[in-house]
Amino acid sequence: MAVYLTIVVANAGGYVDKLIETEIRMNVAMAIKEDPTLRGYTEEQKMSLIESQVKTQLKMKGLDKPFFIRSLYHLRNALTLDLGTAMWMTSDSGSMKVKNIILERLPLTILLFTTATVLIFFINLFLGLKLSQKYGSFLDKLIVYLSPLSTIPGWFYGIFLLLIFYSWLHILPHGGFMDFPPPPTLWEKILSVIKHMILPLSAWLISSIFVGTYSERNFFLIYSTEDYVEVARAKGLPQKDVERKYILRPALPPIITSFALSVISSWMGAIITEHIFSWPGLGMVLSQAIGMFDAPVIIGVTVIYAYLLAGTVLLLDFIYAIIDPRVRI
Amino acid sequence: MTEELSIYSLKGIFKEILRYKIGIFSLAIFAFFIILIIYAVIAVPYDKTISLWNDSQAWLKYPRNAIPIWWGFLTGKNLPRNIDLSKKGLLNVTSQNPKKIEITYPFNYNYDDFPTDFNIFFKSNFKNEPPTVKIFWEKPNKDKIFLIEYQLGGEESTLYLGNETSIEEKLTEYLKSKLEYHPPYSVSVLRGLFVDTSGNINIEKGEYKLHIEVEFKNQEDTIEIEPIIYGKVYGIAGTDHLRRPLELALLWGTPIDLAFGLGASISITLLHLILATISGWFGGKVDSFIQRLTEIYMVLPFLPLMIMISLFYKLTIWKLLFVLIFLSLFGTGVKTQRALVLQVKTLPYIEAAKAYGASNWRIIFLYIIPKILPPVIPSLIISIPAYVFLEAILSLFGVLDPTQPTWGRIIEDAFRNGALYKGYYYWVLEPSFLLILTAVSFALLGFVIDRIVNPKLKEI
Repeated sequence: MAVYLTIVVANAGGYVDKLIETEIRMNVAMAIKEDPTLRGYTEEQKMSLIESQVKTQLKMKGLDKPFFIRSLYHLRNALTLDLGTAMWMTSDSGSMKVKNIILERLPLTILLFTTATVLIFFINLFLGLKLSQKYGSFLDKLIVYLSPLSTIPGWFYGIFLLLIFYSWLHILPHGGFMDFPPPPTLWEKILSVIKHMILPLSAWLISSIFVGTYSERNFFLIYSTEDYVEVARAKGLPQKDVERKYILRPALPPIITSFALSVISSWMGAIITEHIFSWPGLGMVLSQAIGMFDAPVIIGVTVIYAYLLAGTVLLLDFIYAIIDPRVRI
Repeated sequence: MTEELSIYSLKGIFKEILRYKIGIFSLAIFAFFIILIIYAVIAVPYDKTISLWNDSQAWLKYPRNAIPIWWGFLTGKNLPRNIDLSKKGLLNVTSQNPKKIEITYPFNYNYDDFPTDFNIFFKSNFKNEPPTVKIFWEKPNKDKIFLIEYQLGGEESTLYLGNETSIEEKLTEYLKSKLEYHPPYSVSVLRGLFVDTSGNINIEKGEYKLHIEVEFKNQEDTIEIEPIIYGKVYGIAGTDHLRRPLELALLWGTPIDLAFGLGASISITLLHLILATISGWFGGKVDSFIQRLTEIYMVLPFLPLMIMISLFYKLTIWKLLFVLIFLSLFGTGVKTQRALVLQVKTLPYIEAAKAYGASNWRIIFLYIIPKILPPVIPSLIISIPAYVFLEAILSLFGVLDPTQPTWGRIIEDAFRNGALYKGYYYWVLEPSFLLILTAVSFALLGFVIDRIVNPKLKEI
């Protein structure tokens, strides 16, 4: 559905139509130019021939139909990942297909993004649980007072991290995902990638840790005042068991919900973080495409992001169902 | 978890804010911003700013990439400022026929670093042929060096002394004769002009004199000369790669950015409120339609869409605001606020309103929305910085209207021109500081109001 909406928005100004038409026109013109049987024709005759052929092709693809039907055609293309051909950009393997350009970069985005979200999730969970048990301590108060700092998005912290660790101290790379030229062994390659991931990851961590820990601490505080927790404590169960089985378990569904919302919004943060750290993922493809004004790629990236978001929501729904027994799929 | 509904009116909230130290702190920051905005509007009108900002000719007499003056203090050095010599000239008519004048510009140079550039702007009125000028340089040790002879190229012409290799050669010769060996450093024009004769790269401090001899071809010809020695520091905010003073953009970025943030946040929150109330009040099909639409909106790739739209349709920042509002129409706010509506719906005064026959719309706009407005205010305020940062993001991707001076635009300019790699930190830090100030102040204010309107938080 979101993919459809994306297509409609992209097509609102007739952009997708125009792109497809240009593509068809180019193909037809090439074919006619190279056709030896048509050599005797004058330029004008050739032009009119091109026009009529383009029209038939458009009709064949159903692009002369009204807006609604047309948008359904585009939707079918988007669903089958038939995203057309790029205008200028090529993938690293030299392909001009938007699909290849995007799919090549997708794993890198997912690598950075998944690592970041999983890391943040567990750190927040752990810290939140600890703080709720040490409610009122210095660290607890510190986190509460620092939580407004989380209004500053991760990529913005990224600028400062770059400034400190790259421009000033010269100890970490400014961007990219691997040293150039790539190191010979696999192990060194992995190390190099990790080195390049430190800054983007810490930028995200700084921006989300305060408010994330704060809100999870609140969830845990609410659940730790429940009667059954008191009973568990009175029974003399070890602190670890109380934390894990009696506080963490029932608090998980609301935590997953808030986590889901933050994951969805952080996809947007991923785009700009990649741009800042020149991490060669989808966000970089997007910013390169903007630089070259490569419309098919921009539309393609947008469509892929719609997929990613939908996939994330679906995945979280499954996780939700596993954690909360009341929810049935 | 049921949320308690607030007992405060808007006025009451304001009074309560003043009871918190953080509240007063954030209000103080707002006062600062408001003063900045008022100053911007009064001192440099918007239209003038925009045309000046985009006029590449307007800033020729400013230094390029100069750091702010206060930043210069931090380095512990007395860095050179711009020296405009045009008002310091002493005119001396040396001959009437042919008309010849000599202008001497004495000035003191006591800075610890070399200037960045040296240009002389000429403006002349002549009958047949432009006048010729001869330029001499007098060091504090009274050595007078002939630099260059130059015929004006037209009514207005500029001599870029820093680029003249002939001057470079003459200065090298001069140093060679003084040192009796070739200077161990490469002699650029500015170094040669200000270096002392010890053989090291040290500034010779003291009174310099610039002599310009003008020879006119005709009696009635006139000339105006403006020699400018460009410094390394400028103003309170420094200048960028196009010599534009950043303070102008920082100043005008404030109203533009805040208007964008406030406009987006207020209108989106209000629309969410209305939609949530409609959804919660009518229930049934309307409800499920709005809820489904919200779920679709949740997975809409918001940022790529914004980028795509602003790139394809070349929108100005204000039109983009409308697109933004449209794209966030059915946000998550609709869901959370609907929960509030469902609580309010069962309150007795709503029953009473229904009983005396109030219309649906009357109940929605006059009874429910005012009631659920206070608990929504914190999230409204906290979301303002997010939209200000959105402006910065769009600028960073280079899809926003490039003629508007905004904070994001400055950061983008800085990034694109390698400020981080060349060490122009002030260029990134100044707009960033304002952005952080905005983010922190709105977040703190939202935090305080949240405590006031949601008393349950006080306990935790």
